[in-house]
Amino acid sequence: MNYWPLLGVAVIVIGFALRFNPVPVVVGAALVSGLLAGLHVPDLLALLGKSFVSSRMLLMFVLTLPAIGLLEHAGLREHAQQWMGRLRGMTLARLLIGYLLVREALAMFGLTGVAGAAQTVRPLLAPMGEAAAEKIHPELDAADRDEVRAVAAATDNIGRFFGEDVFIALGAVLLIQGFYAQHGIDLTPLSIALWALPTAIAAFVIQSVRIWLFQRRLQRRASARNAQEG
Amino acid sequence: MLRIEYAYWLIAAFLFYTSWRKAGERQFYCAAFWGLLGLLFAGGDAVLAAQKAGNALPAQLAGCVVIALALIAPRMRRKAHPETASASARLASALRLGHKLFVPALLIPLVTLVVALVGEHLSIGGHALLAKPQMTLTGLMLACVIALLAAARVAQAPVLQGVSEGRRLLDAIGWAALLPLLLAALGEVFTQSGVGAAIAALAQMILPEGNAFLCLLVFALGMVLFTVIMGNAFAAFPVMMAGIGLPLLVHRYGAHPAILGSMGMLCGYCGTLLTPMAADYNLVPAALLELRNPYGVIRAQAWSAAGIFAATFLAMWALVFR
Repeated sequence: MNYWPLLGVAVIVIGFALRFNPVPVVVGAALVSGLLAGLHVPDLLALLGKSFVSSRMLLMFVLTLPAIGLLEHAGLREHAQQWMGRLRGMTLARLLIGYLLVREALAMFGLTGVAGAAQTVRPLLAPMGEAAAEKIHPELDAADRDEVRAVAAATDNIGRFFGEDVFIALGAVLLIQGFYAQHGIDLTPLSIALWALPTAIAAFVIQSVRIWLFQRRLQRRASARNAQEG
Repeated sequence: MLRIEYAYWLIAAFLFYTSWRKAGERQFYCAAFWGLLGLLFAGGDAVLAAQKAGNALPAQLAGCVVIALALIAPRMRRKAHPETASASARLASALRLGHKLFVPALLIPLVTLVVALVGEHLSIGGHALLAKPQMTLTGLMLACVIALLAAARVAQAPVLQGVSEGRRLLDAIGWAALLPLLLAALGEVFTQSGVGAAIAALAQMILPEGNAFLCLLVFALGMVLFTVIMGNAFAAFPVMMAGIGLPLLVHRYGAHPAILGSMGMLCGYCGTLLTPMAADYNLVPAALLELRNPYGVIRAQAWSAAGIFAATFLAMWALVFR
């Protein structure tokens, strides 16, 4: 067993820990691992180039930017905030938990691409969340604002991840089935997807509780600030 | 027939436009970065076709371009760029346009949804309109074009202004946009270099004999750890299964394969929430939302990941050895 390629992992860990620019760190790690595994330089270059262009779909989100940018120029975020401000009874927790429910349910039906950080969080969910947080405390500071946005992005991720595993025709279930089939164990996709349900429910409950706790934390901070001012 | 390749050409055109505007602003490192990336997008299919035909030269050149991008990236300054409309102008426009502003924004998920659901049945004269592979992504491409046209109509602005505004956002994301692709390539290189096999061998070495619970714990934590390293549970799964899951848990301790596979994969997903290596879920959103801390999204989901892992592991332990 050749353990030397593991040094590529070390390059990643050290590079991220020292907060170097991740782009050269990742490429450096690939070169280190490949060379230590004994790949020839031309083969390594070809492997790097081929795998890079094979994953071009990961940049699809940039196609949303022109429409989103134009709408933001025309006041989309301001309108989302104003509208949230007018909706009575819509709290930060209700907004985010409602989004989590919809996102997870859509992912369960395999519809993972319909929402996301570029498609829904930046233009809609984050500004609405900020407006809902402003109802708790009108003068949010920059750190609070960042935290609201981060929690919105986290909610989007969690809804997507733990919903998609329940869908029978999506990557994860087919990968599991394929692995077992290769090793002589035949399973139906449904029997695999079914066992993702407990975690899907747990993820929804846990993230909802954390959203609610976050809202309470904001409320505490707000009343502490009011007490200071008063 | 509308194929996914057209989306890549659209992206390439957008990247070239960004590069051209950057050159006009005399930021030549940025111009070179987006221009080279545009080349990879425009030429990607030619590279893959040549590779299939046995000619590795284009792929090697693409590899050289990737290394060039890595050398340029640290020299790009990501600076906060001014909004093109003042806050008061945007507020006035928001009051004037009202809910109409939501329509193009909601068109993106809605059109994607419709195409994903019924896209394969669309045809003219017996010819399918949309290529079947990656129907959702084709839908996303269509949705973005339609939304841009609708946004231009609602905002009463030329379409080109949308492209220019989009470039502004892309600028704000900067090199972080590249990370998901690089990490996917890194995963491929790690697999080819035997990193996975080495980790599985190490895990087997530290494994205590004859304790099913500890074995399951090492398997679950290994899924998390390996996902954190690779940025992707799909890369971790075959390694951990071949190293520990199948030979020890299933064959020796009689674990239920469907439960082990499904819940083991979900343990890996908890790792995805924790790692900067899953850049498309963790670092790109942080850049897109203009958070000051690039790890802000990871921080926001760390405790959720820990809780979901604990719940999944306990459920797996209770169910898998029935």
